[in-house]
Amino acid sequence: MRMKGTEIFIECLRREGVSVVFGHPGGAILPIYDRLYDAEIRHILMRHEQAAAHAADGYARASGRVGVAMATSGPGATNLVTGIASAFMDSVPMVIFTGQVPSTLIGTDAFQEADVVGITRPCTKHNYLVLRTEELARTIREAFYLARTGRPGPVLVDLPKDIQLSECEFVYPEEVRLRGYRPILDGDPEAIRQAVVAILEAKRPVIYAGGGVIASEGAVELQRLAEMARVPVATTLMGLGGFPTEHPLSLAMLGMHGSWYANMAVSRCDLLIAIGVRFDDRVTGKLAAFAPEARKIHIDIDPAEINKNVRVDIPIVGDVRRVLSVLNAELEARLREFRTMTWEAERRAWLEQIAEWKRAYPFCYDFDERVIKPQWVIEEIARITQGEAILTTDVGQHQMWAAQYYRFKHPRTWITSGGLGAMGFGLPAAIGAWFARPDRPIIAICGDGSFQMTMQELAVVAEHRIPLKIVIINNAYLGMVRQWQEIFYNGRYSASDLRVSPDYAKIAEAYGLRGYTVRRPEELTDLFEQELLASEPVLFDVHVAAEENVYPMVPPGAAITEMIVGPMASKRMAHSKASMG
Amino acid sequence: MIRTIVLTVENRPGALARITGLFSARGINIESLTVARTDDPTLSHMTIVVDLDDAALEKLLKLLDRLVDVVTVTAVNPRNAVERELLLLKVRHEPGQKLELLKEAEIFRARVVDVSSQSYVLELTGDEEKLEAFIRVFEKYGIVELVRSGKVAMARG
Repeated sequence: MRMKGTEIFIECLRREGVSVVFGHPGGAILPIYDRLYDAEIRHILMRHEQAAAHAADGYARASGRVGVAMATSGPGATNLVTGIASAFMDSVPMVIFTGQVPSTLIGTDAFQEADVVGITRPCTKHNYLVLRTEELARTIREAFYLARTGRPGPVLVDLPKDIQLSECEFVYPEEVRLRGYRPILDGDPEAIRQAVVAILEAKRPVIYAGGGVIASEGAVELQRLAEMARVPVATTLMGLGGFPTEHPLSLAMLGMHGSWYANMAVSRCDLLIAIGVRFDDRVTGKLAAFAPEARKIHIDIDPAEINKNVRVDIPIVGDVRRVLSVLNAELEARLREFRTMTWEAERRAWLEQIAEWKRAYPFCYDFDERVIKPQWVIEEIARITQGEAILTTDVGQHQMWAAQYYRFKHPRTWITSGGLGAMGFGLPAAIGAWFARPDRPIIAICGDGSFQMTMQELAVVAEHRIPLKIVIINNAYLGMVRQWQEIFYNGRYSASDLRVSPDYAKIAEAYGLRGYTVRRPEELTDLFEQELLASEPVLFDVHVAAEENVYPMVPPGAAITEMIVGPMASKRMAHSKASMG
Repeated sequence: MIRTIVLTVENRPGALARITGLFSARGINIESLTVARTDDPTLSHMTIVVDLDDAALEKLLKLLDRLVDVVTVTAVNPRNAVERELLLLKVRHEPGQKLELLKEAEIFRARVVDVSSQSYVLELTGDEEKLEAFIRVFEKYGIVELVRSGKVAMARG
């Protein structure tokens, strides 16, 4: 059947099961928008292309499906780049379509022309410039296949206007053949056997679990492994939700703003089981001092992550869920022969040591009756939502507090720009997440600095009456910048002061949304109890203690045990017999 | 340490940029690079020479392998590979030197591919050592211009 490029586009998206796309139109992609006008696929008009990419990201992370974003050529496409780069760093499956000037004009500095495949080459898993309509169907098929398989990631397809408009015979490629792309899904059985023995022989094992657990839907297997082998679990920022925070074996998050006890456990362990992680500098701190006594197992789908930052003893390349399921079966079979009285005693001793560290220094802050502490805001959200909400965040102090003080129960309920750290992520990601999971409460925890980067997206919230709850942790600073300036730059607050800021509640009102300004602790609880689970969108501008810091904190370049613990913990620890040594 | 990396890649626009981008983004200089299609017109053969230590090479090979356009990638061990480079050398011939010059070219099995009243263009194929030796010998005649193709390599057997 002969079809136009635009018809092929719609048909291919339909076959990929795409029901919603996030975008912003413009000249070079108008033919596709004309076709979208009466297509079944829902298009959500974002107010800035960056937000379209973040929304597709939020959609993908909340659902596990491929998120789709689109924009026009030139500035439309360049505005997408931050969102694409964020998705790339966090391995989020996305397909991005950009309009391009007609192929005859490419390279002439035509109006709204940019070399989009050139610009996005280093921040996509792969990208395409389609130069013949005959290639369109195959390209879209490949793009979705690449985005969701192997290590997921964003794939961009650049579509010149004439390619959208011309006709060709439509042949849907049922099969994808990419000879240079062969993701390894199943781990080497011999390596898995070695890992099982290492886990059973270890006296002080720790699991270090990351985003790969979420991406592979491996949380159930992870919990099974931890419980069977009685191994405590620290998660990365990306791995939050992959293991329940309140599980007795949970060490919460590790790394720069991780828990003191997670960092202690990792530093003292004799076996580190790294699962779906990439030994990021925010986790490891000074590499030479990271888990120095430990043998290391590393399970990851991307061979390029093995031995990248840290040399490991037992590498297992494969999909986390599949590897863990084989590993768990093997472990179960061999557990009996290892599980002697001595084994039990050793595990007990290790878990007791960890329990002691947890008692000595949990996440803690000074509660104040006169001023709202940001950590307490997160605790209130955790209490009211019971860990059942999807949280999205911006980037900065509020993000770290949310990571530290929320009680995570489920995978895909924590959506944050981890690797790239893109401010302005929270609101658009929450919008995307709602289109994936309208059944769950969705809360965007924003910084006052970050929020101002994408707050125009309130229009989308208003347009679709999305029952988001937007909680601005407002300290009238670029808080994380200010914290670094306080600690490392002699308190010289260069360009981090946001005292001149709008009234966010009024901004919400301007969009026809309910907005509240909260200044006193006693107001917060009542308001949250009334409104946090409301069926309407609500914005809370929560004025918090302005100069509160995120603790504990590993200074950049230091070992992860060299944490700045903060005033509250210092008091606590002075009374505790646990030593930092 | 000088390394030779051999790749087969999809013969498509952008494939070369994707590959060289991995090097430039990490501040790795490419010493030489050759690309041409193979017997299969949809595939190109690429030989890249870089100066890298073992750890950096291992990382780079994995990153190259991760690219969708890269079908195969290996670092060749010079002992198990044939490596060749082509040299074109334009050299002045003064009266009275011609015979000696041509005799020396003959020793290297270089061919004269262009003759003019003042110069010859000599063509030589060989490994790096041979080319370097050849250049040293011909320096005395006065080199007008020198072009090297960059190395191509193929595993033995």
